[in-house]
Amino acid sequence: MSEHVVPLKTNVAVWLALLVLTGVTTGVAFIDLGPLNTIVALVIATCKALMVVLIFMHVKYASDKLVKVVVISAIFFLMLLLGLSLADYSTRLL
Amino acid sequence: MATAAITAERENYLNQEYGIKSWLLTVDHKRIALLYLLSITFFFFIGGFFALLIRLELLTPAGDLVQADTYNKLFTMHGQVMVFFFLIPSIPAVLGNFLVPLMIGAKDLAFPRINLLSWYLYIIAGVLMLHCMLTGGVDTGWTFYTPFSTAFSNTKVIEAGLAIFISGFSSILTGLNFVVTIHRMRAPGMTWNRLPLFIWAHYATSIIQLLGTPVIAVTLVLVVLERALHLGIFDPTRGGDPLLFQHLFWFYSHPAVYIMILPAMGVVTEIVPCFSRKRIFGYNFVAMSSIGIAVLGFLVWAHHMFVAGISLYAALIFSALSYLVAVPSAIKVFNWTATMYKGSITFSTPMLYAFGFIGLFTMGGLTGLFLAALGIDVHVTDTYFVIAHFHYIMVGGAVMGYLGGMHFWWPKISGRMYPESLGRLAALIVFLGFNLTFFPQFILGYLGMPRRYWQYPPEFQVLNVLSTAGSTILAVGYLLPMVYFLWSMRYGKIAPANPWGASGLEWRTSSPPPTFNFDQAPMVDWEAYDYENIPAPEIPAPQISAEEARIAG
Amino acid sequence: MPDSPIAVAHHNPELQHHFADMEQQRDASSLGMWLFLATEIMFFGGMFCAYLIYRLWYFPEFAAASNSLDITLGTVNTAVLICSSLTVVLAVHAAQIGKRQAQVIYLALTLVLGLAFLGIKAVEWTSKFKEHHIPGASFHFEGEVPGHPGQPVDQQHAQIFFSLYFAMTGMHALHMIIGVGIFSYLLYYAWRGRYTPEYHTPLENSGLYWHFVDIVWIYLFPLLYLIDRKK
Repeated sequence: MSEHVVPLKTNVAVWLALLVLTGVTTGVAFIDLGPLNTIVALVIATCKALMVVLIFMHVKYASDKLVKVVVISAIFFLMLLLGLSLADYSTRLL
Repeated sequence: MATAAITAERENYLNQEYGIKSWLLTVDHKRIALLYLLSITFFFFIGGFFALLIRLELLTPAGDLVQADTYNKLFTMHGQVMVFFFLIPSIPAVLGNFLVPLMIGAKDLAFPRINLLSWYLYIIAGVLMLHCMLTGGVDTGWTFYTPFSTAFSNTKVIEAGLAIFISGFSSILTGLNFVVTIHRMRAPGMTWNRLPLFIWAHYATSIIQLLGTPVIAVTLVLVVLERALHLGIFDPTRGGDPLLFQHLFWFYSHPAVYIMILPAMGVVTEIVPCFSRKRIFGYNFVAMSSIGIAVLGFLVWAHHMFVAGISLYAALIFSALSYLVAVPSAIKVFNWTATMYKGSITFSTPMLYAFGFIGLFTMGGLTGLFLAALGIDVHVTDTYFVIAHFHYIMVGGAVMGYLGGMHFWWPKISGRMYPESLGRLAALIVFLGFNLTFFPQFILGYLGMPRRYWQYPPEFQVLNVLSTAGSTILAVGYLLPMVYFLWSMRYGKIAPANPWGASGLEWRTSSPPPTFNFDQAPMVDWEAYDYENIPAPEIPAPQISAEEARIAG
Repeated sequence: MPDSPIAVAHHNPELQHHFADMEQQRDASSLGMWLFLATEIMFFGGMFCAYLIYRLWYFPEFAAASNSLDITLGTVNTAVLICSSLTVVLAVHAAQIGKRQAQVIYLALTLVLGLAFLGIKAVEWTSKFKEHHIPGASFHFEGEVPGHPGQPVDQQHAQIFFSLYFAMTGMHALHMIIGVGIFSYLLYYAWRGRYTPEYHTPLENSGLYWHFVDIVWIYLFPLLYLIDRKK
């Protein structure tokens, strides 16, 4: 996995993008988008997380698929926890 | 045969180094497996001791042996010790640790020092739990339901919670070690399709350990915080939801039961082909069903909460999913049966335990389907029906699988044969004792006897007496192997490398194996379970006795 | 680069005996770290589940409580962690190209940034303490529901927000402290010249851990600090 050396430029570009997105997240929070505020915040957070995972953590350059399977599996099972719990909470009568 | 008989004198992992430090600081997976064997056996007897006290109290309808509060502590600690300190580690930490590297042709697990750390975490957790028990114990039930555990119980909830938290990390690290080992350290030629199904079972188990255990870990942290700081996360009088605790608790604890049963299924899948002299029927189905159980097992947890207050729609969803999870287990039962069909069966001790497993696990599993039906569940939940259901699976299934595995691999682990006729006798005693203990409990539950009650109406006494009688027989059945295994270490016949004529790489090295497992790194170019190429041995095998070996060597 | 299996005599001193070659060792330890991170996703995930449920149930109090957090310090802390992730990447890069001095500098910077994060966190928590927002006997919340100035605020519901706030940021901070410990260890050995282009697995794997802790914060920040800030 360390065979591929990510060029410095890419790393710096990702860093700058992360900082910009952080500013955007905070800025957008002060604009009234109704329920979209939460969605936008989470979308931005996910973009940031993806950049860290794919570039900083080398997942984009991994030679085999196993690491991607591990990460996606963990997220999948977390979604199961959140989703199926919501199946109860969102259908309660109170 | 003569050269094989002197294997006891060769250098192996047991005699390579002596002294307490060489054991307590070992990184050899085989020695760590034995460290675990001693520890879990110790906790098994602690949990069994609590069980005997419970059964003694239940001999009579009145609460006359112990006080009600004490009874609460007895069933709580029985459950906690048996689940977290016996069942969850048992097969993976003992047989898995010992066999996984051997079966795949590796020298050790991927992370030997983390393996040792795993054991030390288990010991620290165990000591903490013992201290908790000796200084007052816990009375919340092994399920720690809130707000009783966080706000009302005046027992040592925090200490017990911390003990289980630490034991959880032992479990996580074992699972991590197995997954990395199986992915990265298979011998040349050992493809995924040539792996013993024991390995597939442990791989699936490890996935559950990795993904499920952290959730109960963080839940216990929240419980400890809530209890210490009087928060309200799970307390309805403080704005919290007790069901949130249950969701988080069961998200792990349901898959946990698959951690307990999958390795036992793996053991049975090794024993059945060997003593049928036939390749396993449907290798791919068995392998995929292990993974299927692991995944589907995460989708059903709220079937423990049908009457707790979840919405009807959620109950419907979880009921349907619970039916689904029975399918891969059933597939395994079909495969074992089909393997035996037209096979050449030997009723050796491991095979007796395998038979016991298949029958009793099937009964336990089917009663699980009863419980998955919402209407029936309303009637029998929190009764002895549930207790019988899970003991059929955990004791009739997992413990029998564990004992079968211990007998099957004992020659490999110790280099000695246990006495076969005593082994068969003990298996029979366990089977009879088990059924007498737990079958009456199905009836009791159906008739309405609640669980966790220390008194009961007099009309339930006969069935309770039968159950207690059975438990004493079961105890004898468990004590016998302890005695003759110990006896065999000094007086047992010397075991050859492959006394059962079994397939698998572990049988192609000496009994006991050398420290680095194989004299030469194996190269695999044959399929798994190739019983058509392995001649059937005589069982019990004629070996020279320990005496003769000493004289010869 | 993998060692030739024939040249047993000159294997890398960092090669552990049960591995066939350095490549297997590296692949195994990397997979091990990823699996550990998967367990951490589930560990934090349990708290995110609790957060999700109570945010749905008690949105007004969650919004009020969120507004009482210092958004400037939160944003600054997010930026601090992002910079520390960069310095980690640069440290690994330096090891890959064999620059010992650069490794040391970037690892030291990472440590400084990590400690800065913890320092800012301490400042935030101290102000929470002064405002009586720490759950427990002396908890008392005086904030307003955004957009509904007269609406009564349920103290219990607000306390649940802060219980989760301290549990989640506390658990995150604990992971940061462990990370600081790990990187101090790495800094020492990097200075001793232990990490080379052939062997820098501990740097890589610790980097993965650090990035993960950064990602947890990337989600914590909007979820805790940015609820209903528009008014």
